Amino acid sequence: MLRSRHYTSAHEDFRKTVRRFMERECAPNREVWQKDGKLPRDLWLKAGEAGLLCTKVSPEFGGGGGDLYHAMIILEEQTRIGFNEITFYLHSDIIAPYIELYGSQEQKERYLPRMVRGEMVAAIAMTEPGAGSDLQGIRTSAKRDGNGYRLNGQKVFISNGQVANLICVAAKTDADAGGKGISLFLLETDGADGFVRGKNLNKIGCKAQDSSELFFDNVFVPADNLLGGAEGRGFPQLMQRLPEERLIMAMSAVATMEFAVAETAAYVAQREMFGHKLGDFQNTRFKLAECKTKATLARAFLDYGIDSFIEGTFDITQGAMIKLWTTVRAHEVADECLQLHGGYGYMSEYNVSRWYADTRLGRIAGGTDEIMKELIGRTL
Amino acid sequence: MTDIAQQTALPYTDEHEIFRTSARRFFEEECVPQQAAWRDAGMAPRSIWKRAGELGFLCPRVPEEYGGAGADFLFSVILLEEQARSGAVSPMLSLHSDVVAPYLVHYGTAEQKSHFLPRMTSGDYVGAIGMTEPSGGSDLKNLRTTARRDGDGYVINGQKTFISNGITANLLVLAAQTTKPDGGRSVSLFLVDTDEVKGFKRGRNLKKLGQKACDTAELFFEDMRVPEGALLGGTEGRGFAQLMNRLVEERLMTAVAAMGIVDHALAVTIDYVKERKAFGQRIIDFQNTRFKLAECKTEAKVLRVFLDHCIREFMAGELDAAMAAMLKYWATEQQVAIVDQCVQLHGGYGYILDYPIAQMWADGRIARIYGGANEVMKDIIGRTI
Repeated sequence: MLRSRHYTSAHEDFRKTVRRFMERECAPNREVWQKDGKLPRDLWLKAGEAGLLCTKVSPEFGGGGGDLYHAMIILEEQTRIGFNEITFYLHSDIIAPYIELYGSQEQKERYLPRMVRGEMVAAIAMTEPGAGSDLQGIRTSAKRDGNGYRLNGQKVFISNGQVANLICVAAKTDADAGGKGISLFLLETDGADGFVRGKNLNKIGCKAQDSSELFFDNVFVPADNLLGGAEGRGFPQLMQRLPEERLIMAMSAVATMEFAVAETAAYVAQREMFGHKLGDFQNTRFKLAECKTKATLARAFLDYGIDSFIEGTFDITQGAMIKLWTTVRAHEVADECLQLHGGYGYMSEYNVSRWYADTRLGRIAGGTDEIMKELIGRTL
Repeated sequence: MTDIAQQTALPYTDEHEIFRTSARRFFEEECVPQQAAWRDAGMAPRSIWKRAGELGFLCPRVPEEYGGAGADFLFSVILLEEQARSGAVSPMLSLHSDVVAPYLVHYGTAEQKSHFLPRMTSGDYVGAIGMTEPSGGSDLKNLRTTARRDGDGYVINGQKTFISNGITANLLVLAAQTTKPDGGRSVSLFLVDTDEVKGFKRGRNLKKLGQKACDTAELFFEDMRVPEGALLGGTEGRGFAQLMNRLVEERLMTAVAAMGIVDHALAVTIDYVKERKAFGQRIIDFQNTRFKLAECKTEAKVLRVFLDHCIREFMAGELDAAMAAMLKYWATEQQVAIVDQCVQLHGGYGYILDYPIAQMWADGRIARIYGGANEVMKDIIGRTI
């Protein structure tokens, strides 16, 4: 396996902690959580205690002060146990940065330490029934009312939507201003009148990751909870975060490819067929060679992406390319690895069956393949 | 065309870029306009080899004491990249400079180096590798060509096929079986000066699907006598290891060429779809065009990043056989797939050989076969899993 060359011994120590946590706290509960369709709240508290949440957030706010590799290690270790749907990355590396980068000092002090401890679980509410990546078309509104705003509208496909008690909501503060009329609000859901969680949506894969409709009926948010304190900044805030979010999705895809190849190689080495090991058939070796090649290229591309990100040159096109390529290839690899497992590959107890179902989401979430191609196509 | 220096993290210096500019000029001005004539002739003339030698475009890495420039690996990368990006498949300079010459540099005796290398650098010798036989390609252990010890030399009998530069070359690195004292057989390489031997015959210049401006020949050896000094490195039985050790670099160079071809194919296709109209709009204004090109650009970027990674590993002495196999397999598959997609976006013109993309389509197919077929690559990768 082509390991990222930037892992230090501190990263590897962190990996040990993460691996222990995944094996002890997560792996034994997977089936229950999948049946529940969500992760329990106390998992977040335990993760906070173990130092697994908000690893990149500054120590000033209680965070780990780490880098993207900490996020990568968590994704690798949850993939190792075949548990792609643990959404720590969403909370820690996608949502916390909004607050840390754009929030006021008060907002950072109020929310980040509680997110680090897992007392607050975060979600981001962007997509609506009528608007996904075409964010300018959202209809949820935020109207000024006294010392706050009133939210009205509806969101859909919101990960962590069932468990989150801090939701970053995109809403229009000016219905006529297009992208310039969008603002982000930090909604504390405890005691928020008019806020209703819809049903936990039943999905193809990612079973233990909840995904919800959310309804806002005249929900009051104090003016202090407008992210960054000024209206109309939501669109650029969201756009600026997309490359890194897509890089994080690529991390998960790459980890899945690597573990799918390793696990399938182990499977074909012991499985007997027609008097041979399955791994002795030329087709098996060639298919695995193809999968390994894809995984190797993916890791090299990811390393390049992370390097560019750290240098500050990682842009929207690179983000689109890395997300498009790695998620498409991850799903191909998962499919081929499932095929090599035969009937067992179709059984939910095998990681490969879940990787196959789970990786399908990668080509949709965070902007579909087609949105990525639009973005890349614009640079031709 | 965007400059490669902006797309890559390789340690290119100003000197490299000056070299790139002059290489580009050479290919564009002296090779591209001649391709049609050379296709008709089935090969490039010897004069262009001499010209390349004069300009310093042969064997740039050969040490100065043997007439070379002692340049680093990136100069070879630049030359091949620029040739591929120009669309000129002929002459096959890289085969001469990056495949044949290194055998001498790495394994040759002092006499062999001093005799051949300066003349390879000047273009007086043009090199070829005689490895593949009618009965075997990558399966080297079953060579049928034999070299029998006889007095102060060897007598060689056998036959080779698919030999690139086979009509042009006057220096042949020839693989043959030698007999060990215990009667066992092993592979040895011989440096054959084809102007100086008897019993050597060139067969037909083989007709190919593409690469028509490059000669590919059958070669016959009938009691061909070579002196003792023709044995590469002076010790019998080292041929297999010598050949194997060279494969990583050869496969890396195949990928360098593939990358150059991809860059060129995308550049001409993007230009084309911006000009050509259909149903009242430019081809690029159709969503399918943009999506297909977005896919190709993404593949090109992934390949570029992986190629750069492998070049750095190679320069650090760390590129292994499996990684080189992955690179060769992936790069050439992508090259062929992307060029095919580019033909499609050209419509009917893409099938007309006056258009560079049609020529690239025909010329490129061999990449999945030579340097070890991609199935051989998968075999190598599969062994490491």
